Amino acid sequence: MVNKDLKDSTPTDSEVILGILNNSEIALKRLYIAYFPMVLQLIINNNGDEDDAKDIYQEAIIVLYNKVKAGDFELSSKLKTYIYSICRRLWLKRLSQINRYGGDIRDFQEFLPADTDEFDQHNDRDMQFGKMESALRLLGEPCKTIVEDFYINNRSMQDICERFGYTNADNAKTQKYKCLQRLKKLFFQQK
Amino acid sequence: MSDNELLEVIERYLNGEMSREEQKSFELQRKENAEMDKKVIEHKLFNNLLKQYGERVELENRLNAIHEEIDVHTLKENLLVHPSWIVQLWRSHHSKISVAASVAIFVVVSVMYLAGSFNNNDSKYVALNNKIDKQSKDIKALSNDIKKTTHIDKFTGSGSGFAFTSDGLIATCYHVVQGADSVYVQNVDGSSFKAEVLYTDPQKDIAILKITDNQFKGLGPIPYSFKKGESDLAETISTYGYPGGKPVYHNGVINASTGLNGDSVHYQVSIPINFGNSGGPLWDSKGNIIGITDAKEGHAEGEHYAIKSRYLIDAIHNIPADSLNERVNLNRKNTLSGLSEDQKLKREKSFVFMVKTYNN
Repeated sequence: MVNKDLKDSTPTDSEVILGILNNSEIALKRLYIAYFPMVLQLIINNNGDEDDAKDIYQEAIIVLYNKVKAGDFELSSKLKTYIYSICRRLWLKRLSQINRYGGDIRDFQEFLPADTDEFDQHNDRDMQFGKMESALRLLGEPCKTIVEDFYINNRSMQDICERFGYTNADNAKTQKYKCLQRLKKLFFQQK
Repeated sequence: MSDNELLEVIERYLNGEMSREEQKSFELQRKENAEMDKKVIEHKLFNNLLKQYGERVELENRLNAIHEEIDVHTLKENLLVHPSWIVQLWRSHHSKISVAASVAIFVVVSVMYLAGSFNNNDSKYVALNNKIDKQSKDIKALSNDIKKTTHIDKFTGSGSGFAFTSDGLIATCYHVVQGADSVYVQNVDGSSFKAEVLYTDPQKDIAILKITDNQFKGLGPIPYSFKKGESDLAETISTYGYPGGKPVYHNGVINASTGLNGDSVHYQVSIPINFGNSGGPLWDSKGNIIGITDAKEGHAEGEHYAIKSRYLIDAIHNIPADSLNERVNLNRKNTLSGLSEDQKLKREKSFVFMVKTYNN
């Protein structure tokens, strides 16, 4: 992999979409590097810093990524404009949340009007992920690792038994069950 | 079946780990048992959410890894000083910037005005003092000038004269300076210099003056030379002097080699020599001094005379050595020959003076 070539080239829109569908790490990287400066420029010139730019940009990339993965992504504009529009919307929302929104925003690119439905969907999922994250944190060890290994990393019960030193599979299964029940309880308890 | 066992069954079902028969009987159970069906759906949703959450975390980690490779700091610097940013800033905020700039200018001017009027008093007074000093000096100089002018206005006699050395020795007629208490010479620019009578030859009507004024800085090299021999009749001649106090040029010819009643000291010339011309230079066509114009009372009307230059040369040689700083060497190099009359005069006239005399 030659980094220089990657940084210097802006991928075509279809290269990006195909790359995401094929889980191409190189395509993701080229996409990320190509449009980050544009978003950084937007954020740092509108009351934000580079960390804000990173958060906003990554959120936008995730929105794009999920849309492409879900198979319902139709590009009606240039990918660049699409990404800029998402970041612009996300940043406006963030600005008003932290009371730094002065009523106007300095724009550097053309952008698309907001698609509210799409956004509500994204926000719902984000909220659930937030809840899941804090539920897992509250769950504590060894439950957190057991749940993550089994449900997220798709490890077998056999692996988990060995890792945690359970003498038989039934003990491990019982432990896993208890952990999952606790996690569900923690997850649904959150408002 | 315990909850623990039920979960395992559900998971095996969801993961597609059941045999076809097992799967069929499980699906039958789901249809019959609403409670179990609910549990299956619930677990499926939660399981999916967990998996998606895991994917999200993984994606975020990948993005963070990519982000690490970007030199954000350099990028930020470049994007902040980007000229289009300034243009954009101006485009979207020019009215605000204008107002801000106006306020800023007003404040700066106000502060400067206030600070200036409080802090610069001393220097202002000094400057004012200097100004007053300068003006009083100007007034003094002016009154000196006025004194000089009134002095000039009161001169009792005037004639002409011409320099024969660059350090300010001037030839004129004796009758011009005769009986004067003080003598001034005035150059073509109108500047007057105090002079003293160095030598006189009353018989030939010749006087030698010396400029003694410390304002006098000397003349340039004398452009004309001095002819010792006699000039011929009908030779073209010219003069420049101050008849009636104003500079006048005349040209003409030599009419006779003798003056009144056959005196051999004078030429008779066709140039009108009026009062005030007396003591002026008489040049030949080459620009050599051949005489001193001389308009004495008692001359017949229409007859004009000039003293021959050899008598001037004699007079110069007769100046007592103790009244001279150094021996007089008359200029032998004529730098005027070949020039036209007007060009000659341009160079000659700064060596011709108006001689002004004062009697108390």
